[in-house]
Amino acid sequence: MACLVRSWIPLLFLQSFLVAIAFGSNEGEEFSEELLLKPLPDRKVLAHFHFENRAPPSNSHGRNHHLFPKAISQLVQKFRVKEMELSFTQGRWNHEHWGGFDPLSSMNAKPVGVELWAVFDVPQSQVDISWKNLTHALSGLFCASINFLESSTSYAAPTWGFGTNSDKLRYGSLPREAVCTENLTPWLKLLPCRDKDGISALMNRPSVYRGFYHSQRLHLSTVESGQEGLGSGIVLEQTLTVVIQPETTSVETNMQPSWSLSSLFGRKVVGSCVLAKSSNVYLQLEGRLGHESKNVDTEIEAHKLWMNSDFDLSLKPDRVIRESSSLLFIFDIDKSSDSEPFDLGLTWKLPSKWSCEQAPLHASRFLMGSGNERGAIAILLKATESQEKLSGRNLTTDGRCTIKANIFQIFPWYIKVYYHTLQIFVDQQQKTDSEVLKKINVSPSTDKVSSGMLEMMLELPCEVKSAAISIEYDKGFLHIDEYPPDANQGFDIPSALISFPSHHASLDFQEELSKSPLLSSFKEKSLVRSYTEVLLVPLTTPDFSMPYNVITITCTIFALYFGSLLNVLRRRIGEEERFLKSQGKKRGGLKQLLSRLTAKIRGRPIEAPSSESPAAESSFLSSKLIFKIILVAGAAAAWQYFSTDK
Amino acid sequence: MASEKRDKEEEEVKTDDGSPKIKPRPIVQLGIFLVAHSPVFSVVFSAAGVLALLILPLLAKNTYISENALMPGSARSMLSNRDVSDGSKLVKDIKNYWLNHEGQVQKLIGKYMSDMGAEVYYQKFHPEGNQFHPLHFFSGPDSYTLLDNVSCASYGVNVAGIIRAPRGDGKESIVLVTPYDFINGGDYEALSLGITSTLFSLLARVTWLSKDIIWLVTDSRYGDYRPVAAWLTEYHSPSFKVSDLLKCGELNTADTFRRAGTVAAALVLKVDGRSERFEDTLSIYAEASNGQMPNLDLINVVNYLAVHRQGFYVKVEKVVSLLSSSWLKIIGEIFEAVGKLARTLNPDWNFGIPAADYLEGSATLASSLYSQALGIPTGPHGAFRDYQVDAITLKISPRFPPDSKTRQHDFFLRGARLLEGTIRSVNNLLEKFHQSFFLYLLTSPSKFISVGVYMIAFALLVAPLPMVAASLYIEGCKALTKSTDNPTENLKSWKWLDAAKQVFALHLLGFIVTLLPYFICQVPGQHSPRNRSIMWGTTSSSLLLITFAIIPGCSPFSSRHHGTNWAVLKSVTISAAFIGLCLMSIINFATAEIGALLLVPTCLMAQPIKPALRSRRIKSLLGAFCSMVLLTIGFPVMFFAISKGLFGEAVVGLSLGGEFWTWLESLWAWKSATYLYIGMVHLPCWLLCLCILFHPS
Repeated sequence: MACLVRSWIPLLFLQSFLVAIAFGSNEGEEFSEELLLKPLPDRKVLAHFHFENRAPPSNSHGRNHHLFPKAISQLVQKFRVKEMELSFTQGRWNHEHWGGFDPLSSMNAKPVGVELWAVFDVPQSQVDISWKNLTHALSGLFCASINFLESSTSYAAPTWGFGTNSDKLRYGSLPREAVCTENLTPWLKLLPCRDKDGISALMNRPSVYRGFYHSQRLHLSTVESGQEGLGSGIVLEQTLTVVIQPETTSVETNMQPSWSLSSLFGRKVVGSCVLAKSSNVYLQLEGRLGHESKNVDTEIEAHKLWMNSDFDLSLKPDRVIRESSSLLFIFDIDKSSDSEPFDLGLTWKLPSKWSCEQAPLHASRFLMGSGNERGAIAILLKATESQEKLSGRNLTTDGRCTIKANIFQIFPWYIKVYYHTLQIFVDQQQKTDSEVLKKINVSPSTDKVSSGMLEMMLELPCEVKSAAISIEYDKGFLHIDEYPPDANQGFDIPSALISFPSHHASLDFQEELSKSPLLSSFKEKSLVRSYTEVLLVPLTTPDFSMPYNVITITCTIFALYFGSLLNVLRRRIGEEERFLKSQGKKRGGLKQLLSRLTAKIRGRPIEAPSSESPAAESSFLSSKLIFKIILVAGAAAAWQYFSTDK
Repeated sequence: MASEKRDKEEEEVKTDDGSPKIKPRPIVQLGIFLVAHSPVFSVVFSAAGVLALLILPLLAKNTYISENALMPGSARSMLSNRDVSDGSKLVKDIKNYWLNHEGQVQKLIGKYMSDMGAEVYYQKFHPEGNQFHPLHFFSGPDSYTLLDNVSCASYGVNVAGIIRAPRGDGKESIVLVTPYDFINGGDYEALSLGITSTLFSLLARVTWLSKDIIWLVTDSRYGDYRPVAAWLTEYHSPSFKVSDLLKCGELNTADTFRRAGTVAAALVLKVDGRSERFEDTLSIYAEASNGQMPNLDLINVVNYLAVHRQGFYVKVEKVVSLLSSSWLKIIGEIFEAVGKLARTLNPDWNFGIPAADYLEGSATLASSLYSQALGIPTGPHGAFRDYQVDAITLKISPRFPPDSKTRQHDFFLRGARLLEGTIRSVNNLLEKFHQSFFLYLLTSPSKFISVGVYMIAFALLVAPLPMVAASLYIEGCKALTKSTDNPTENLKSWKWLDAAKQVFALHLLGFIVTLLPYFICQVPGQHSPRNRSIMWGTTSSSLLLITFAIIPGCSPFSSRHHGTNWAVLKSVTISAAFIGLCLMSIINFATAEIGALLLVPTCLMAQPIKPALRSRRIKSLLGAFCSMVLLTIGFPVMFFAISKGLFGEAVVGLSLGGEFWTWLESLWAWKSATYLYIGMVHLPCWLLCLCILFHPS
């Protein structure tokens, strides 16, 4: 018995220890789900899902996660990823109507297709290897062809133009990647409640993909604990931004459409994800400051904010926060249940108009020139209305007001850019490089080995109306097996990134907030950035049935060449002549005999056989030839006749 | 070398001995045979070439949709009455505008576009014409230089609206063009705006778009072509320099010129005139500059949808005068009879077509050949071809008068459905048009002749040229060897040098004559085309005389000792013509084909007139007469007059020069390679034939 007890004690001890470890390790793991809804000026509604999963620093030995997805933590551990962002986007962000100067757009307006960047915590020599492995791992994880970024021709190592200054940063994008539900499902798998419960239950696939823009993003960063022996914590941020057009029945065109969650997504929220620490829904209304008083202390005034002459909210917000230019209604969905689902609705009563804040300069990019030989890429920066209002101007030493703009652009190697042809026009005046170009970093491409990269920092005067940058290129020739399956579509040049290093977007909340990850990320200053369009360059494409023709022609030429060569090598002209002569003599002998006979009969001298005229000979020969040709042609015609008759 | 020589000597010795000759290779034998019988073969080949051209309508194949992704007509039209009423409202508003004269039409159209949800902008452009510059002849469409002293007096304004594909990536776009005269627009023109507006209203709310749609309303006050070209220039090669044009006018065009990616295809829609037939008529125009054609699939899609879905009567341009020509009718009947005979022999041989079809087909083919040979685009779609964009012009003639309200609704619905289907097909396309033919001739909207077939006629026509050149060279060499006993001149391989000098000199002259109009245009003062043509003619002929005077061998009037042997001269001339025609066939096939029809008989028939007159034999006299007739027809001005006469406009006297000048001016203004062909191939060869004709031998 004693023995039994003695054997039990360590077991119990071990068990309690294990439990302690288990609870201790996930003590700090937090998950929160949030949804931000925002009506847009062009009668659309933006829905921004934000999920944050935090794994605090812990001992790396025996790591066991409770909430945090294991796949991601293994990824981070294996490839020593310091920071990484992966985005899948379909559709274009409309900078004019949906805003370009708020944290939401500067973080979530992504280029079409897949974009991936990562910073590694490995020695410089291993960064590329880590990147290649990471692309393959992500490719499997997200059912996308991210592994195409493995090739050194498709990624680049930006130094300062990307915004993050690190020499261990790699950046790549796949503009042609089609984004669909097969990418969303693995992304949802990383959430503790998947799309079964909580806010993510709203993600009805048809309504998400019916939208005008959707971008799913995965951002992870490691947090160094600072303690010896303790690993690093990971913050995983998953966002999905969707722009949806609510269906309206009203004919009036200047009236904003009314909507509710169920009309937008076809689903309602029934309770929060039980594993989430907080689950909130926010409604942001922009440009609604004209008719509100300064403080919203009293109950009536707060009530006025959400049920006034302009619009009605179907639910009472838990809190109302005002920002410098917008109102934020906060709803807690914990209270909702099956019997009383959370179905937020917004009903407009009066026509309302507002505009979004825009980035200081609106960037567009296009191709110039025609033909299959050369062309030029132009980036046009146009001043927006909100430029004057912006505060982020810096005065240089001589007191000029300037706007800084960083341009980061990757060129595939088949776009052979001539960097010396860089021309900059400011307000339709050509400027020399030294006037406006503050910094430039060029890494030329190598054929079939690496892509080219251009980073430049422009310093434009504040009163600039437009600026244009053009750079010429030659179109390269690809080897036949380097063409993608749909080569005749053309080739993509990935989006350029325009960022404004002296401008930072942030929402300036007037009151202290509870610890909402979404709002705190909005409160942080984020770099204002915008991506340009993807360009399509038509390159010369071969006729892909050409290899067959080439093979046929080459074989013919080979046959002719080798035939004649062998003929020359084999033939001995002297021998042949001798042979012919002997033959001729033989035949000649017979002929001579005949002619002698005839001569004797006729009684005339012998005629020389050479008197036969060569012309007659040739005509005789050619008539034989014609006969042969006719014979062959006749045979061919007969063959044709009989073969087609069936 | 030495051994070879010895071998040759031995060979010769042997042949002299009477021992059997060594058989030459069969291919060489065949060559020798062809050269030896070149007169027969040249007649046979030339006749076969003409015959092959005549039977082309019989060989035309039915068109088919080659690219599977196009899937025309497979989607149900989504056009609703609401869209049609949008279009009708625009037409009504435009009509009201003409009655009340309030505001600007451009603004009105722009407002409609932006109400539908499009991004609208206005583009100002200069209506300046194309300037001839010899050095820019083959250069691509370049950024037109903006002059500093532009006057605001005349400028055009294009309106463009862009619908962004909701889920598209904005890499590609489809352009719809409707020319409209903003100052005195007609009722029919307004209908084209109505159709496009109907369509645009639909496209603004559909979700299947993957390419952006640009609707461009061009200012057709300055022609159809120029505004489209100006817009395309701004689209593809804008000038970032300051432009004075922006300051002109009250229309606020300071807003940005917007773009929407690489243009995948373009459709130009025009409505004009009443249809003569019972149905609404749709004419398709496809020829762009220098005989370039859009991909056949684009025409196929439009034709398929128009015929099988919307019930339009589709036609392509044809030479009407050929329809009533009796000789063509007889040929058609002969072919019909031959076809019937062949079918009785074998039911599978059904190549025969009715004579009426043959007549239609050849009239269309002639028009197709002519438009391609001229090298001038047949509509605003030509401007797109310069940027490798497939484009066609659709000209719809409704069967009702423009003010008929009841018919208008149906017309808009059908027109917009046709465009919707076409745009949907192009929208489906993942790659750009590449599956179907680019080199073809049309014999009807649904029948075509591909390059592989029509090449045969040309190949047969030019085949005798090298044969005759070779035989004449051999003949000429023999004659020269006989005439000169000087061993130094017996160097066999250099006998063509004198003739080549002459040919080169005349080609150089042709080149200078080609460039002359540019300098004549630079002459200050206003001159009528007639005066300019006289200036051109006199300068050219004086230059010709100077050439004859300076280079002694050149002149046909020089003494016999200086002159080269005419056979060698003809041989080199024919070689030059052959090279010129072959080069031209690569640049513009139709020009080469028509050029070969003129040049080949002229070159083959050319022979000195003096010996023929001296001999007084009927055969040689007939030959001389034929060559003279051919030479007269072959003179470019003469041929121009004859072809004018064929088209029913008789021009005589000095006004002909003016007409000819205007015609040539249009050729060079459109950068047509035909102009270069006339100046640098046809004219020198014609002059050389003239030299041979008056050769003093």
